Amino acid sequence: MDEFVNLKETELRLGLPGTDNVSEEIERVSCNKRALQGDTENETESSMMKTETCPPRKAQIVGWPPVRSSRKNIIQTKKNESDSEGGRGVYVKVSMDGAPYLRKIDLSCYKGYKELLKALEIMFNFSVGEYFEREGYKGSDFVPTYEDKDGDWMLIGDVPWEMFVCTCKRLRIMKGSEAKGLGCGV
Amino acid sequence: MNYFPDEVIEHVFDFVTSHKDRHSISLVCKSWFKIERYSRQNVFIGNCYAINPERLLRRFPCFKSLTLKGKPHFADFNLVPHGWGGFVQPWIEALARSRVGLEELRLKRMVVTDESLELLSRSFVNFKSLVLVSCEGFSTDGLASIASNCRHLQDLDLQENEIDDHRGQWLSCFPETYTSLVTLNFACLEGETNLVALERLVARSPNLRSLKLNRAVPLDALARLMACAPQIVDLGVGSYEDEQDSESCLKLQAAIRKCTSLRSLSGFLEAAPHCLSAFHPVCHNLTSLNLSYAAEIHGSHLIKLIEHCKKLQRIGDKGLEVVASTCKELQELRVFPTDLQGGGNTAVTEDGLVAISAGCPKLHSILYFCQQMTNAALITVAKNCPNFIRFRLCILEPHKPDHVTSQPLDEGFGAIVQACKNLKRLSVSGLLTDQVFLYIGMYATELEMLSIAFAGDTDKGMLYVLNGCKKMRKLEIRDSPFGDAALLADVNKYETMRSLWMSSCEVTLGGCKRLARKAPWLNVEIINENDNNRMEENGYEGRQKVDKLYLYRTVVGTRVDAPPFVWIL
Repeated sequence: MDEFVNLKETELRLGLPGTDNVSEEIERVSCNKRALQGDTENETESSMMKTETCPPRKAQIVGWPPVRSSRKNIIQTKKNESDSEGGRGVYVKVSMDGAPYLRKIDLSCYKGYKELLKALEIMFNFSVGEYFEREGYKGSDFVPTYEDKDGDWMLIGDVPWEMFVCTCKRLRIMKGSEAKGLGCGV
Repeated sequence: MNYFPDEVIEHVFDFVTSHKDRHSISLVCKSWFKIERYSRQNVFIGNCYAINPERLLRRFPCFKSLTLKGKPHFADFNLVPHGWGGFVQPWIEALARSRVGLEELRLKRMVVTDESLELLSRSFVNFKSLVLVSCEGFSTDGLASIASNCRHLQDLDLQENEIDDHRGQWLSCFPETYTSLVTLNFACLEGETNLVALERLVARSPNLRSLKLNRAVPLDALARLMACAPQIVDLGVGSYEDEQDSESCLKLQAAIRKCTSLRSLSGFLEAAPHCLSAFHPVCHNLTSLNLSYAAEIHGSHLIKLIEHCKKLQRIGDKGLEVVASTCKELQELRVFPTDLQGGGNTAVTEDGLVAISAGCPKLHSILYFCQQMTNAALITVAKNCPNFIRFRLCILEPHKPDHVTSQPLDEGFGAIVQACKNLKRLSVSGLLTDQVFLYIGMYATELEMLSIAFAGDTDKGMLYVLNGCKKMRKLEIRDSPFGDAALLADVNKYETMRSLWMSSCEVTLGGCKRLARKAPWLNVEIINENDNNRMEENGYEGRQKVDKLYLYRTVVGTRVDAPPFVWIL
């Protein structure tokens, strides 16, 4: 390896005061045991670009802001949990009454109930009927429900989508007489 | 000089406890030096490489408590590579060989192994107190040794360490006959806890005052623990998830009501907001509240909690205006960022800081992360709170100017150092020119620790500080344009300081070598992570910029445990 090339790589350019974020192009050697996931990686620019799903990402600097890794992880975890769209995969089990096995879907892939229900209909080959605020789902023997953080079985569609993604632990598509009890309008 | 027998002088010295004062009295005369030596109980070593165990023991043969610090402060932010140093093993080995009756060991940023802990636990019959802060290199097996062998242990305090959790049974290693526990803090352990063993331990520890749990201790266990330990003064709640079990919540409330001595609350590592209300009955007694690890708590719940806390002296977290209006006794405040990227709607700005300074006249220590700042705000803060001892401000975006005037923040920080005559620790940030350092050098006469990042224009900045701050002990600088001229201007200055850290500055290898030659009583370390190769001697040497420089005074020369990527000149 050319010693001079190495030098170039480690030579740090310092921005004058007032210029934009300094982004260091240092190679992080993995002998730093404390580099945990979620810690800094080097990204160039793109701080001005707002994408649809991601919040603006500024160039990250090694060891900045001066916050311990353990705290950074907590902040990162909290952020990931509250990023419903485009965030980390929110995988939940889906069961259908009478089906031999369960499936798993990633809620963060969907933008709303419509998409989710469509995906479920395709996956389990059924039809979900129409949603009414008062009466629930009409026109089908199947009712889509979910278990929330409190352990209660709720009708899909009542709460805002973001809240649903945060509180949903698993899905269950109820069928037949049991489903009727949830307010099928019969 | 002496009109009293030695025993009388020694007795008088017993009342002198601070390290600085003991150092001062040891300098008075030979006789006092000798008396002080033999009666010194607590030894504080701020840099474990400034001295070695043999010399320590030669001077202080009778001490009971040792405090050792290892890595430089910036190691907290991953700027010091793994394996750099700070090993405690040689110290424990040397102490074990000697006749020192060690009772307390306090370590910060050191590498501790299970072997060290085992040796420690077997070597000192009266060992009472182990405090490990930001250490690494050990596992719960080491804790098991401590638990098994230290019959008289009172304190086991683990703060923010990286511990390999083997999910073993270390808690059950405390013998059934062991009842002297006073402090138990294992909040930083990641793994499962043996809850049964924990409950039994707490139940048989009538002297237990401080208990800090990890996230694996759920709500119902907490309720049982508090029922066993109503005398608790300092509590760190582990996992506080809102379980369906409302019975647990009721039990917890009942138990908490009995904890009339509770003064300090922390943890809530996984917090469920509505159960916070269980603590409301004791809030009015709280003097310290640290919610900085409680990512889940939202503003309204926090506000309710704080509103109940009239006596708060220490707090860490958001809800600043509430804090300002409620906590008149507040002395220390830490506000951490909720969004590391900056931006976002949970912005903490200069308004919060001004509100705090106006509402909390007793505030003396602050660590404040924010999006933006203005000179006007800092000037107001300086007027409101001239009593700051520690002022650490971190504006998340480097080089960010006053967001109203677009000026550098020199005047704002200048006002702080001018008004706060007792300022001992300062961290600056935002857009700063050499001017701010002129102010710091001129006014910050008591300043002992200064942290600089992305600041200054020329060597003059650093020179102002080195020339002006007579009491400077630790100077840490990163990403600032200070170079050899500043580094070499006054070599003897470094003898009056504990250490200097400079990373990503303009210092060259040639400059560092010149410094090392001029000052053989300094260890000048170049930390170069790339390739484990030392920087070559030929050709570009003089102009080669040094990535990380760490220098410190020492009486024992070059250390022998440096890894390959550390080059000591």
